[in-house]
Amino acid sequence: MTLRVTLLMLVLLPAVATAGSKIIGTGGATTIEGNAGGGIVPWAVINGYASSEEWSVTTFASRVGVNNFNLSSGGIALSFDNRWELSYARQRFALESIGGNLAQDIFSVKYHLAGELLYTAMPQLSFGISHKRNADFALPEAVGAKSANGTDFYLAASKVLFHQLAGRNLLLNGTIRATKANQTGLLGFGSAIDNDYQFLFEGSAALLLNYNLALGIEFKQKPDNLAFAAEQHWRDIFIAWFINKNVSLTGAYVDLGHIAGQGSQTGYYLALEATW
Amino acid sequence: MVIRSGLLWACLLMLSGCSSSTPTTLYQRLGSAPGIEAIVDGLLYEIEHDERIVHHFADSDIGRFRAKLTEQLCDLSGGPCQYSGSSMQESHTGFNITLADYDALVAGLIKVMQRQQISIADQNALLGLLAPMYKDISYR
Repeated sequence: MTLRVTLLMLVLLPAVATAGSKIIGTGGATTIEGNAGGGIVPWAVINGYASSEEWSVTTFASRVGVNNFNLSSGGIALSFDNRWELSYARQRFALESIGGNLAQDIFSVKYHLAGELLYTAMPQLSFGISHKRNADFALPEAVGAKSANGTDFYLAASKVLFHQLAGRNLLLNGTIRATKANQTGLLGFGSAIDNDYQFLFEGSAALLLNYNLALGIEFKQKPDNLAFAAEQHWRDIFIAWFINKNVSLTGAYVDLGHIAGQGSQTGYYLALEATW
Repeated sequence: MVIRSGLLWACLLMLSGCSSSTPTTLYQRLGSAPGIEAIVDGLLYEIEHDERIVHHFADSDIGRFRAKLTEQLCDLSGGPCQYSGSSMQESHTGFNITLADYDALVAGLIKVMQRQQISIADQNALLGLLAPMYKDISYR
């Protein structure tokens, strides 16, 4: 559905192809949760190309396919002034070998606190809140989750360092997240044993091969609240292609560890983004 | 994962092979005096055709701006010049240059450098010298 909307917007794009003033690539890609960032780690950058006093709208559709599961995400974000990012994402998680589906809605706000990604010695700093709501709590509850809804808080720092490796620019990002989410919320929030917020680290590094291509790695630390199955950290290696300021494509190889008792979950990630 | 990261770094190291036997200073790699002049003239063209920022130059002495910017880029990139103009803070006070204005100017510079087929590494080196001026130029 969201993929269809994104494709439709791509078709309509030539008629409305405008973009803000930000430099290409500096809006990042969009994570599976709808925030500007890499694929799984939100960055301090604001989605789209809206610079000061400009507006931007971004839509995305992505799919993760690993051995026993697949995750489809899609959503839309509105950005203003390179300061505010409001986003909505819908995730559908198909349990291919177990059977059934999980889904959640994610409403996020990100506020750019200080620093400018390209221009200041201080990294760009942003604070984000993501409120997540399970569409159907039956399965998360059955495996021990305490709540169907939860809110994550994160602080992200991002910086582009010029002329670093083979003369290429390097983007570094570190994010600290406070969360109760089990498997990012797809398996609910908290458990009978552990219902406290935990602080977790997420990081990305990307080499900007040119203005249009970024090659990077990501790591996302995960909690392990549910007794029924161990939850493991996520990692990926990605390549993002900013075709122009209106369209980008991202592909990745992902390693999501064990999920819901199913062994090593590795596979692909593909994302299409349209912005203007 | 370790093996994959190793592969990634191997790929990146191969990229660095290309930039070892080039001239010593960025100034030379940008094409010395004619190269810098072409960048400045290209940038003036971009400014003139960018309605977002052209108004900031309405009352400027373009000849002086061109001479001072050429001198400044020569100085910054390691060329045989000494920048003699006023400080970035002084020369931008009262203009209220916004982030969007600065982005527009940087995008213009990138366009010019791409057009002149300056290597990505040299473009990044020049951008790395100019980007930090944001704090002295913006919102004054």
